[in-house]
Amino acid sequence: MTIVAMGTVAFDEIMGSDGAARAELAALGRWLQTTPESELRRRQAAAEATFRQLGITFAVYGESEASERIIPFDIVPRVFLPDEWARLSEGLVQRVEAINAFLDDIYGERRILKDGVLPAELIFGNPQFRPEIAGMRPPHGVWAHICGIDLVRTGPDAFFVLEDNARTPSGVSYMLENREAMLRLCPELFRNFRVAAVDSYPDRLLETMKSVAPEGVSAPTCVVLTPGHYNSAYYEHSFLADSMGIELVEAADLVVDDDIVWMRTIAGRVKVDVIYRRVDDDYLDPLVFRRDSMLGVPGLIAAYAAGNVAIINAPGNGIADDKAIYSYMPEIVRYYSGGAAKLPNVETWRCREPQALRYVLDHLPELVVKLVDGSGGYGMLVGPTASSAEIEAFRAALVAEPHRYIAQPTLALSTVPTMADRGLAPRHVDFRPFVLTGSRGVQVVPGGLTRVALREGSLVVNSSQGGGTKDSFVLMEAPGAQTQSQSQSLGGMTQVQTLGGAAC
Amino acid sequence: MTIEHRAVYRFAGAQAGLVQALRLTPPTSDDQTVVRWRIDVDRDARMRPGRDGFGNAVTMLYVDAPLDRLAIEVTGEVLTSNAHGVLRGATEQLPPALFLRATEATPADPAIAAFAHAVAAELEPLAALHAVNAAVHERFVVAPVGDASRPLAEAFADGTVDPVEATHIFLVAARSLGRPARYVSGYRQADGETVASPHGWAEAYVEGIGWIGFDPLLGRSPEEAHVRLATALDAGGASPVAGVPVEEA
Repeated sequence: MTIVAMGTVAFDEIMGSDGAARAELAALGRWLQTTPESELRRRQAAAEATFRQLGITFAVYGESEASERIIPFDIVPRVFLPDEWARLSEGLVQRVEAINAFLDDIYGERRILKDGVLPAELIFGNPQFRPEIAGMRPPHGVWAHICGIDLVRTGPDAFFVLEDNARTPSGVSYMLENREAMLRLCPELFRNFRVAAVDSYPDRLLETMKSVAPEGVSAPTCVVLTPGHYNSAYYEHSFLADSMGIELVEAADLVVDDDIVWMRTIAGRVKVDVIYRRVDDDYLDPLVFRRDSMLGVPGLIAAYAAGNVAIINAPGNGIADDKAIYSYMPEIVRYYSGGAAKLPNVETWRCREPQALRYVLDHLPELVVKLVDGSGGYGMLVGPTASSAEIEAFRAALVAEPHRYIAQPTLALSTVPTMADRGLAPRHVDFRPFVLTGSRGVQVVPGGLTRVALREGSLVVNSSQGGGTKDSFVLMEAPGAQTQSQSQSLGGMTQVQTLGGAAC
Repeated sequence: MTIEHRAVYRFAGAQAGLVQALRLTPPTSDDQTVVRWRIDVDRDARMRPGRDGFGNAVTMLYVDAPLDRLAIEVTGEVLTSNAHGVLRGATEQLPPALFLRATEATPADPAIAAFAHAVAAELEPLAALHAVNAAVHERFVVAPVGDASRPLAEAFADGTVDPVEATHIFLVAARSLGRPARYVSGYRQADGETVASPHGWAEAYVEGIGWIGFDPLLGRSPEEAHVRLATALDAGGASPVAGVPVEEA
């Protein structure tokens, strides 16, 4: 996380900017005031005890962190108003549709390069562009079935995308477990607020998986493929398989024969049609990717190329959420959707462009400068906190190799009241909503993963650096719409719908 | 040209089954016409035709009975003509720009780049590539080496390289000059021989001409005696037989 707030008052999502709760959230403000702190702490401790018991000990931010501990949970929810959520969802749907269109194009016709929207070397020189799967197309043309779009916020309707996760985004089990804890520990909140349900997520995910099964398969067999119980997100893999009622398998449980994927079971071989894989491309198929690897399923990509299995998310997706591609996302969205991006990026100057470089060199003390190929920890300058020597060192690096850098402004990230050492206090948050794409369209799950920087003033929400999580409430407008306390089954999906909020 | 190639693979231990990707089917181009072609294996197996991301024809081979050896036999006839190494009329899945990238087996290397720049000097692109090809040919003794997995930089520093290393050095050198370059697996009928045997060489791309073959083992461009099978960023990607690590008997 690289964005810092300096000298500006952050927007508080519950308390607004003037200390009194935002009008729509007055009831929540009262709840915070009237519930004794000791009671809030007791509930928080109860939730954490449950998480410890369940063994929810994985890291949200990638594979670098293998330590076995729970991520702190904060009892105060983060709340989205119905209209805020509706607008945010529109932006997310547009962005994810563009990501899918981009992947379909870049591994196919590459129109976007022929039309000069992206520099070709940005794709062909990028290790995330996988030539091994060029020309292959996933069933139904869906590539990014599950996206976790990381957002930050600076005002009621001011959301910015920090990162698009289109490979194997994790964290959805937090969304579900946090909600379950809140329902149990703070039932009064669900009586007072119409909170959209999230616990249909496993059903929606399974529906999405089934919808992208190869043509002609009427009752598809779906599985979750995990690297195994040593993986830091293993809890989530088994949780999801369990709640969808499908098998959790490892590579050794799968075998490819005659371009068809089979699962070995005690009752014999069972044909597999859809694989939700939580392993990286490199370890999918040793005949195609890491040839030195004995992991993976030999022949899996041949089965995929033959159209006999859907792989969720599709191999090769890394090019869509790559750091070097990120700054072009507004152009990519415009190219495929025909309109301006409804959900902006954090403003980004690409130093490869002379005009941008000039601006960046003139404003170094205000900016965050990052390496796009992010090798090693040397690659970042946080202008407002950097010494003049550090700034000068970066100036030299920028002039020498401008194409390797981007720069972003420092933003005043929003806060949410959070239980701190000395009572409730504002803490910075970010947000990862989950967006599902099946053959019948895109849907935004009404909720997500809110991460909170527990240290005062900190903007680092990483679990390894004092970050925690919160439940994320999406409020619904229309009476009669379904709430968390009612039946959970939402049935099938409809064309490009935005679930929760005002749109159901 | 007649191809009759039989390879027997023995496995370290008995295998319960086998999944292999065979890149053993020559593509057609203006100067390479396949008259007849077949792949046989010496046991019950299922074979499925397909294509990899580089556009190569791939035959997936599936054997589900226990085995400790497998013989693959390729027989066919291919008509070739001499185009002075220039590839004409081939179908390309990926653009030349992709073949500037490094791989684990062909990493960018300062020593190889310095060598390439010294040889290329002020020459035009095509002449520079011919010069680099000749220089690789002259500089190294090509012979089997013990350690097939040593880093390419180590091979370059050594005077003796195996055939794949020689071609990989050419690829790294060509890319360091800004020329897209790729590995070609195939067959070659040596002078005075009546049958072709497995062989590997390189192709590099020059704007305005196209892909051009360079054979560092011969120090010149391929002519009629070369039959192309598959191309990729390095030898591993173009491997005619990919599967469990096997030793050719």
